[in-house]
Amino acid sequence: FVFIMRCNFRIVLFLPPGLYKTPGRKMQIWLFYEELVIRPLHSGDIYASFQFRTVWETDFMRGNKVSHYRLFPKSLGQVISKFSVRELHISFTQGYWRTMQWGQPFQPSPPGAELWVWFQDSVTDVDGTWKELTNVLSGIFCASLNFIDSTNTVQPSASFKPLGIGNETDHRFLRYATLPREIVCTENLTPWKKLLPCGSKAGLAVLLKSEKLFHSSFHSQAVHIRPVCQDWQCKTTSWELRQTLNVVFDLHNSAQGKREWSLFKMFSRTLTEACPLASSSKIYIDITDNPQGEQFEVSPATPLLSQAVVLGDRRTFSVYDLTQQITFGTVRSLNLLIRWKSSEGDMLRPLLHAERYVAGYGLQTGEIHTLMYNNHPYRSFPVLLLDSVPWYLRLYIHTLTVTSKGKDNKPSYIHYQPSKDRLRPHLLEMLVQLPPNSVTEVTVQFERALLKWTEYTPDPNHGFYVGSSVISSLVPSIVAMDTNSTRERPLFSSFFPCKEESSYFVRVYTEPLLVNLPTPDFSMPYNVICLTCTVVAVGYGSLYNLLTRSFQIEEPSPGLAKRIANIIRKMRGVPPL
Amino acid sequence: PPIVLFYVEFERKCRSHVSLLCCHASCFGDEDNAGQFFSSGHTNNWAVLVCTSRFWFNYRHVANTLSVYRSVKRLGIPDSHIVLMLADDMACNHRNPKPATVFSHKNMELNVYGDDVEVDYRGYEVTVENFLRVLTGRLPPSTPRSKRLLSDDRSNILIYLTGHGGNGFLKFQDSEEISNVELADAFEQMWQKRRYNELLFIIDTCQGASMYERFYSPNLMALASSQVGEDSLSHQPDLAIGVHLMDRYTFYLLEFLEDIHPASKTNMNDLFKVCPKSQCVSTPGHRTDLFLRDPGSVLITDFFGSVRKVEITMETINLTDPINPVNGELQIRKYSYVDQLPVSEIIHQKPKQKDWHPPDGFILGLWTLILLVFFKLYGMKHLKHIF
Repeated sequence: FVFIMRCNFRIVLFLPPGLYKTPGRKMQIWLFYEELVIRPLHSGDIYASFQFRTVWETDFMRGNKVSHYRLFPKSLGQVISKFSVRELHISFTQGYWRTMQWGQPFQPSPPGAELWVWFQDSVTDVDGTWKELTNVLSGIFCASLNFIDSTNTVQPSASFKPLGIGNETDHRFLRYATLPREIVCTENLTPWKKLLPCGSKAGLAVLLKSEKLFHSSFHSQAVHIRPVCQDWQCKTTSWELRQTLNVVFDLHNSAQGKREWSLFKMFSRTLTEACPLASSSKIYIDITDNPQGEQFEVSPATPLLSQAVVLGDRRTFSVYDLTQQITFGTVRSLNLLIRWKSSEGDMLRPLLHAERYVAGYGLQTGEIHTLMYNNHPYRSFPVLLLDSVPWYLRLYIHTLTVTSKGKDNKPSYIHYQPSKDRLRPHLLEMLVQLPPNSVTEVTVQFERALLKWTEYTPDPNHGFYVGSSVISSLVPSIVAMDTNSTRERPLFSSFFPCKEESSYFVRVYTEPLLVNLPTPDFSMPYNVICLTCTVVAVGYGSLYNLLTRSFQIEEPSPGLAKRIANIIRKMRGVPPL
Repeated sequence: PPIVLFYVEFERKCRSHVSLLCCHASCFGDEDNAGQFFSSGHTNNWAVLVCTSRFWFNYRHVANTLSVYRSVKRLGIPDSHIVLMLADDMACNHRNPKPATVFSHKNMELNVYGDDVEVDYRGYEVTVENFLRVLTGRLPPSTPRSKRLLSDDRSNILIYLTGHGGNGFLKFQDSEEISNVELADAFEQMWQKRRYNELLFIIDTCQGASMYERFYSPNLMALASSQVGEDSLSHQPDLAIGVHLMDRYTFYLLEFLEDIHPASKTNMNDLFKVCPKSQCVSTPGHRTDLFLRDPGSVLITDFFGSVRKVEITMETINLTDPINPVNGELQIRKYSYVDQLPVSEIIHQKPKQKDWHPPDGFILGLWTLILLVFFKLYGMKHLKHIF
């Protein structure tokens, strides 16, 4: 299919998305999918999740020189081949995901920046490559990722298994780091949008306007690169790049309190066309809680419906296919409108959620409490907790307690790596079985360290951040999950690979902690220098002067009358007065 | 489906467009204008824009820097040639009532932050050390290109600093200062390493003129918003945002630059007249004694805009044949996804093999002591049985 556009007597070529053949090479396959999922939440807020997926059949390993990039961004392709990356996951988040009010997100992410990378087996110096990779990524995404160094990098021993295909998992090649203090703003969105094949000019990316996206309760953008199966036989691999953007708009900030959402209200834009390079471009609206249309009304109506099993639940979606011209109607623009009629109904309680806080008083000691809630009425499931605490909070692991329902709950696996001052953070990984319908509390005491004068940030009274804990778990699911990974599925349900039907994998992040370290008075060096110099000048200086000065007696200069009299006496030859 | 590809020869159509372009490029056309076009001697433009203040009440310094960034981008310098350093984030600050915006005019008329901004150094990265390293080029090898000043001896560089300053120093982030002597030495290093052709230095701080007093390298022109002993004042607050939005000097500088377009002929003498004492309350100063050319012949676009020397050619270039990839010996083994939480594997996981280290001094000493005591107690006759 060749599209010819005539404008100003110029002929423009449009190659079909998908297959492309250069003379003398085998068929290269590029595919690009884009989708937007809109889920109305019970509190009146609305959750929108963009996913852009580029699949490229090529081989970055084995030293092949890859020089023809079509839909895959060249900057990321060069990063993968230069640093022998097997998987790369980076996310930038502003805000904290409130699991109890909003349910589970499609792609979880902690506040701030998070980066975890699996390297290939061929890498000899993983730490050196990691440092260079973080510097290069800080230039690509305009973020301060160069602050990732050995003091905040950990090597988890059981969490963060690769999400792509692979046969060996040697955790020596995994590195994980978070920067909870990292700010996300338009300067991070700009290079992220430039990685998309259509940029922000066509398709769903047209809706990504920063003034609306950052005026929200939660904003998260991420890039995930991993190898995936090419087909059901899974003998060849292709590279998948997923760019996801999750945003939750607040009822009172963005909608002025009225429960009526539209694309224009959320993004200040409407859609006019799909990205021409996309094989599929769809919008899904979650209408599971609205089977007969009694809760809210969606317009324009669409006949297309789709069902998918996502996060352990079977959900129904209205589908708008943007590649069909009919979706845009006669006005040639699509502005979805969701209007509420009644606001009843409860939300399904999430089966797993977690909290964390710092207890204690004063600036010397404290206690970290992590609470994990299992809301399933009769099933228990295992949970892997990963905690990475900076070295300046000295954990006392002998005070570690894990209690459920008042009784001690011994973890079946503990991995603890103590910190080294200024070199390495604490790493604590535990596999805990959560009993049904219970709260499990993990507590550990710590002591705050005194930093050196130059290690304080320019605003130390703000506090120091401790990164979120990561809780990975296989949660029992209500409906049977789909384990066939190669069937055509919407993007949002195919993020985590599924191995068994009765449970699904979920990752929950807790809040980051903000602790105050004992902060010195930074003007003290200046005060000390002033005081010492004054004492030396006044005390020693005056003594020195007294000892070394010689004194001469000098007559004060006479007044005017006397001076004239002396001149007259000199003229007369008489000695002066 | 059968795919039909055909190449269209639109060179014929293109030629007419090309000749138009040639015309436009030489419509600087007149003799003296052509002379001026080539007399500046620079081939590329760079800009280093630094805001050195932290905290929400210093919103105006970020707005200053962003308005100069906006003008410089508009006049043609691309993002890859701009090093933008912002010490704090105002746009997405939680105190900003309109997130992702930074306004320069009250009543929120002009959003200088925009939708297409790339900040190279932000937050805690804006330090005196990083600033001097960017200027002199002494950066660690893994620094990405967007964070480097890759200028050569034919680059015109614009350096803009704003923040809080005093007599002879500029404060960075409330914790350190850069002195005018350090700055002058950094410029001298740049001159000796042939890192600039001409350099324009603009500073908008209190007592800004003290920062250029100590310059001694050639081809430097400097502008400051106030003389020694004077304070630079801010322009106007916005009652909705709650802070002052811009400093006076940069506000009038922005107004002046909004009238400049890439082909304008305004020269530096007009720039010196920006913001007289009646508008600015402080007296802006400038220094041109180190500059070799006459300021009247220096165009504003020499520093704020970008020179694009376009060479149009009619030749065709033959592309070489693409490299054939080593066509996969088909991998017989089957790949599969990894189990995300293999509980039994984790519980029975062997502890990580630690690298073997030779025994510590303490261990060696302990064993030596044990051996000595043994042989002392039981006599040396056992020794020959051991060895």
